[in-house]
Amino acid sequence: MLRRAVEDLSSGSDSDYTNSWIAWFLSSKGNEYFCEVEEEYILDRFNLTGLNTEVANYTQALDSITDNIDEDIPDELRGALDVQARHLYGLIHARWIVTARGLAKMLEKYKRADFGRCPRVLCQSQPLLPVGLSDIPYEKSVKLYCGRCEDIYSPKSSRHGSIDGAYFGTSFPHLLFLVYPNLIPPKSGPVDVGLPVRGAPTEGDNQRRTRRAREEPELPAETIGEEFSTASVALKAERYRPRIFGFQVHEIAKLQRWQEAVRDRQVARLEEIGV
Amino acid sequence: MSRRSQPPANIEPIGVEVEEEEVTGGVGEGDEIMEDAQAQEGEYSISLSDVVSGTTGSSTPTSTLTWISWFCSLPGHEYFCEVAEDFIEDDFNLTGLNAMVPFWKEAMEMVLDVEPDEDTSKIPDVSIVEASAELLYGLVHQRFILTRAGLQAMIEKYEAGVFGACPRVYCSMTHVVPCGRSDLPGLDTVKLFCPNCNDIYTPPSSRFQGVDGAFFGTTFAHLFFQSYRELAPAPFWKPSSAGSSSSSAPSSGSGSSSSRSSEKFVNPNPHGGKRRAAGRVYQPKIYGFKVNEKAKCGPRMQWMRLRPEDPEELDMVDWRGRWYDDADEDFDEEEAEGDEDRPMEDFDPDVGEDDEEESEEEEEEEDSRVSQGRSTRHAHSAPQPPVPGASKASLRPAEILQSIDISSLPVKLPVASRVKVMRQWVTPAATTQVC
Repeated sequence: MLRRAVEDLSSGSDSDYTNSWIAWFLSSKGNEYFCEVEEEYILDRFNLTGLNTEVANYTQALDSITDNIDEDIPDELRGALDVQARHLYGLIHARWIVTARGLAKMLEKYKRADFGRCPRVLCQSQPLLPVGLSDIPYEKSVKLYCGRCEDIYSPKSSRHGSIDGAYFGTSFPHLLFLVYPNLIPPKSGPVDVGLPVRGAPTEGDNQRRTRRAREEPELPAETIGEEFSTASVALKAERYRPRIFGFQVHEIAKLQRWQEAVRDRQVARLEEIGV
Repeated sequence: MSRRSQPPANIEPIGVEVEEEEVTGGVGEGDEIMEDAQAQEGEYSISLSDVVSGTTGSSTPTSTLTWISWFCSLPGHEYFCEVAEDFIEDDFNLTGLNAMVPFWKEAMEMVLDVEPDEDTSKIPDVSIVEASAELLYGLVHQRFILTRAGLQAMIEKYEAGVFGACPRVYCSMTHVVPCGRSDLPGLDTVKLFCPNCNDIYTPPSSRFQGVDGAFFGTTFAHLFFQSYRELAPAPFWKPSSAGSSSSSAPSSGSGSSSSRSSEKFVNPNPHGGKRRAAGRVYQPKIYGFKVNEKAKCGPRMQWMRLRPEDPEELDMVDWRGRWYDDADEDFDEEEAEGDEDRPMEDFDPDVGEDDEEESEEEEEEEDSRVSQGRSTRHAHSAPQPPVPGASKASLRPAEILQSIDISSLPVKLPVASRVKVMRQWVTPAATTQVC
């Protein structure tokens, strides 16, 4: 089970990887939102600047993540060290997922809808992305960002609801769509065909995924030249209209008209400057 | 006691829950709803048997357990309230339902726990009736929760938080109510309506994916908040003075809202929502900087969650959803066009030749269409139309007008306006003749 999960995540890496701390961490329950941070990223001390003041027992926690820890650690210390190692991994993770390679890794997970789907009915099960509300640890738990309604939601399950939002950071989903503008979801219609449908055959999917992983670094360069406007996309968004026996509710209808007038004003503004 | 002993009657349909799908397949109406449940069937039937073992374990209370309270206690049926039996017994409340529910009589007997007649034994499987009973109960439930007693029953559940809270972060756990997207059964499952963001959400637990949305209906959620205005958030929102500078600063979230709730909140609209809204809107940021709307990936949907700071701002938008200050110009333009149209309706001196008149009219129509499009044109087009008082018209003697027969006019033109225009320059005698 563990082995399979690891192979899935690190497609085509050597087999001694399966016993690593990171592989264990990723496969344990509740950590589904995390992606694998490449070891060379962790081993480059520059990437860890400042984290030594954030994490107690920093050196040992780092050794623990990179599997360099001594086996003869007393059990009572092991538990505390594990907490510190998780915390350190989370903070490294927040930095990693905003790198080019990290974004590509998270994109894979997004396409598999590993972060769940939008609970809003009219978003038609749009896959979500994790986002923090603060970059400082121990402040806010992780939330989920929907690229379609551009709003944030609490995770359904409590084991995800307790993950620190700082392990994902406030920038990640927006940076992802900045780098991959062609992946900005449409405001209406079914979820993009590029995303695997629930229950779709996984074999062809795996092939496509690995192929895409190789192509990924060049992808942004290709798409930047592509011309499309997002100025008026909001006009396509579907809305729920509350009705009593078929009649709209006055106060809500009034608010919705006002909101749509605000929208139209923004669309006009954006079209004028030619976004 | 007229009720039959419950436990065996209950266990039977549950035991065959899985086969029920095949059986109801031929029944017609009933199978549509059950399709929704099919996806969850595996989990569903297991949990059903759990409940039954629970009820049978404590043998004493089961004898008084009615079908209705048993049905409402099933997992996934938490959103249902218990419909009063006299409501179901009143035929008026069931108007039209018997056409929608197969095995009507048997289903009624089951819901009301009436001892079935002897001749009902012709139904091969009690599970068929079970499905009909569920459909019947659901449709009656849709009607019942719109009554005073039903709303009362639902507010108790609402205040206990049975329906859960809005998943949207900035709705700060506003309680939601169940809501259907259709009043007809078999179309969609139950959704949850949040009064703060006025949006609908999929229930978080998959066990509700077998519950038909029609059993709650499209109206209930909104009638509920119309009836209990103190629970409905107001349509405007002012950020608290302390944290107003950065409306999206997440750290000032729940703390400030709790402190604000101590002061009294008043909606100037006496019929409006009486509760203070949770009005914060998510602001995407990259490395602490707000993502500008000019960016391709910039925010496009904030309007959907936005509330004006002041209730009067809501009145700045007209019924078509246009700003009054923006719309002013348009409005003038339309008025002017209206004026232009009137002479267009007027006949020409040479009305006798119908064809010509029609073609000219078309031209004029085109003309006015152009002027509709461009307001600049409006200025110079104003003197242009063939105004009755202009040079051409001054030549028209009254006798030409007298020769006009109303029947020769194009039928589509409103007679009243024609007459009105004529009155301006025709003698009273002529006018009466025309009329």
